[in-house]
Amino acid sequence: MPELSQQSPGAGPALACRGLVKRFPKVLAVDRLDLEVRAGECFGLLGPNGAGKTTTIEILEGLNTPDAGEVNVLGQAWGRGDGSDRALRERLGIQLQEAKFQDKLSVIETVELFRSFYRRGPDPEDVIKSVQLEEKRESWVGKLSGGQRQRLSLAVALVNEPDLLFLDEPTTGLDPQSRRQLWELIAAFRSRGGTILLTTHYMEEAERLCDRVAIMDHGHVLALDTPAALIATLGADHVVEFAVDGALDLAPVERLPGVSQARREADDFALIVREPHVSIPALLAELDRQGVGLKRLATHHATLEDVFVYLTGRTLRDE
Amino acid sequence: MSEPGTVVELPPAATPGAAPGGASGGLAHNALWQLTRARVLSFLREPEVAFWVFAFPVLMALALGIAFRSSGTPRSRIGVEEGPGADSVAAALSRSADLEVLRLSPADAEAALRRGKVAVLVRATAGGSPTLVSDPTRPESRLAQLATADALERAAGRVDVARPRLQSVVRPGSRYIDYLIPGLIGLNLLGTGMWGIGFAIANWRQQRLLRRLIATPMRRSDFLLALLLARLLWLVLEVGIILAFGALVFGTAVRGSWLAFVLVTLIGTLTFSAIGLLVAVRARSIEAVSGLMNVVQLPMWLLSGTFFSSERFPAVIQPLVQALPLTLVNNSLRAIMNESAGLATVAPAAALLAAWGLASFFAALKWFRWD
Repeated sequence: MPELSQQSPGAGPALACRGLVKRFPKVLAVDRLDLEVRAGECFGLLGPNGAGKTTTIEILEGLNTPDAGEVNVLGQAWGRGDGSDRALRERLGIQLQEAKFQDKLSVIETVELFRSFYRRGPDPEDVIKSVQLEEKRESWVGKLSGGQRQRLSLAVALVNEPDLLFLDEPTTGLDPQSRRQLWELIAAFRSRGGTILLTTHYMEEAERLCDRVAIMDHGHVLALDTPAALIATLGADHVVEFAVDGALDLAPVERLPGVSQARREADDFALIVREPHVSIPALLAELDRQGVGLKRLATHHATLEDVFVYLTGRTLRDE
Repeated sequence: MSEPGTVVELPPAATPGAAPGGASGGLAHNALWQLTRARVLSFLREPEVAFWVFAFPVLMALALGIAFRSSGTPRSRIGVEEGPGADSVAAALSRSADLEVLRLSPADAEAALRRGKVAVLVRATAGGSPTLVSDPTRPESRLAQLATADALERAAGRVDVARPRLQSVVRPGSRYIDYLIPGLIGLNLLGTGMWGIGFAIANWRQQRLLRRLIATPMRRSDFLLALLLARLLWLVLEVGIILAFGALVFGTAVRGSWLAFVLVTLIGTLTFSAIGLLVAVRARSIEAVSGLMNVVQLPMWLLSGTFFSSERFPAVIQPLVQALPLTLVNNSLRAIMNESAGLATVAPAAALLAAWGLASFFAALKWFRWD
């Protein structure tokens, strides 16, 4: 597939919103949200279910109207009423969460149908090939697996060679292999110069795909930066999780060498440390001193999940 | 793309059939064609739907056409209760061509009358005149009672004096099947309009397919137009099948103006489609739309004279009955098929039908929700 489009140097953002507010009868879904997505980047909205990600992305897609705030997509606002919305839609690729295509249409028929709505775009056969669905070309949509359906949904979003691609939870509910397959396809679009806004509640997905990530909760952005920079705000790269069989006083543990933060999660404890090989022996000594036994200990590299927990005191999975 | 300095478009890859930068030629790139094709294909691939639209009316016509076929002269079935004198009464009655006589034991006789197995029960009495027992509220009882009395009088020696000459005519178009076929066509137009439009839209809304569609530059008018075009295609098929079946199996025919017939089915289809659209303007689930569709269809199923004449309903509700869209379609089609009516005869009904359709369509446009 060809290069989709190239951004001129110094161009404005592909997507921006300021002061976005959306209120539903029982909940303030989006609360004074500001975002800016640069042309050519992959930008992620990361947050638990109910954080307002889908409402936000649907406002940006022009499918929902905000109660307040400004939206600018590829240099124009929605709803100017002069037919410019249609012209804008020619340049967007959209994947909706949980949208189904007609079960009794085949893959090729579905792609051809959506291709016919756009003035320009690749051949439907090429789009199907690009998402590796050639073998399922004649299969009815109703017979596809979850991963195949998500790839079809991506194919339909790419059928006009969009400049800007919106993906709402593109891999939710997929097995690891299907997820990795979709990541490759999304990365390929990104490497051809396309701009992507995606929502996810998988931190691994955000770390893998996104140039920048906004961590959302309760309708607003808690933190926004590159995944590496967000993780760096924790002050250290490693997380030591452990459980003990007695009452532990956490205050002295927090003062151990190399520990930047200590946190209690129910019966478990988590330390964010710079150097595990220094902190772990010190931790064991401290446990000995307090007279509590160690039941379990594990370490991992700090992730966006740890950043979210640090920011909210909750885990992404809990929601 | 006039935004200053945002995007530089590179030439797209070889894209057969896609004229770069402009409206693409060819059916494959025509949205109206693709939408109509998608609608027709997914319909044809639902065997259940095809059954209800095509097979069901034909089976209905077959069953009712056979049950109510008029073969030969109808004979009244009467019962003679066993007892003294029963033999001679039964023998007298059997000589009448209008009567079919059953001998019944006293135990069975009352039940046979009550269940409608016999229209009249004859109870002979030794020496005196027999008693005729019947339920006067049953239309067939009156006829049977007269024929029985007539047969008994003749057997007793009555001499007929006037002797009117009897001439039989069977008018084509006056049988029950002639009455039924136009009604089945009307009923089918109603059903497919509701299911083909109302159900489909609610289903797509529930699956968020409508939302996905308006996320594209698709023209909304193309979408609605495609639904109607697909609907008109089935119209030709479903009406064609019922008409052909009626003509081949029962000899029914369109005796009046074909132009009027086409016009009435066309307006009827569009009107029922518009009502289907109106029913689905907001429904978010197929359960919700099914309930609404029943609310709309039930009065017409009951009142609009599909299986029996709507004239039987009390005069108070006749204005309502006669104004229902299905009544308008049924009566117009009957007039055209059976009474050789032309365009002028059915024009007022067609106009009222069109008014229903237009009102529903504009109400639907006003309230329609894509998500």
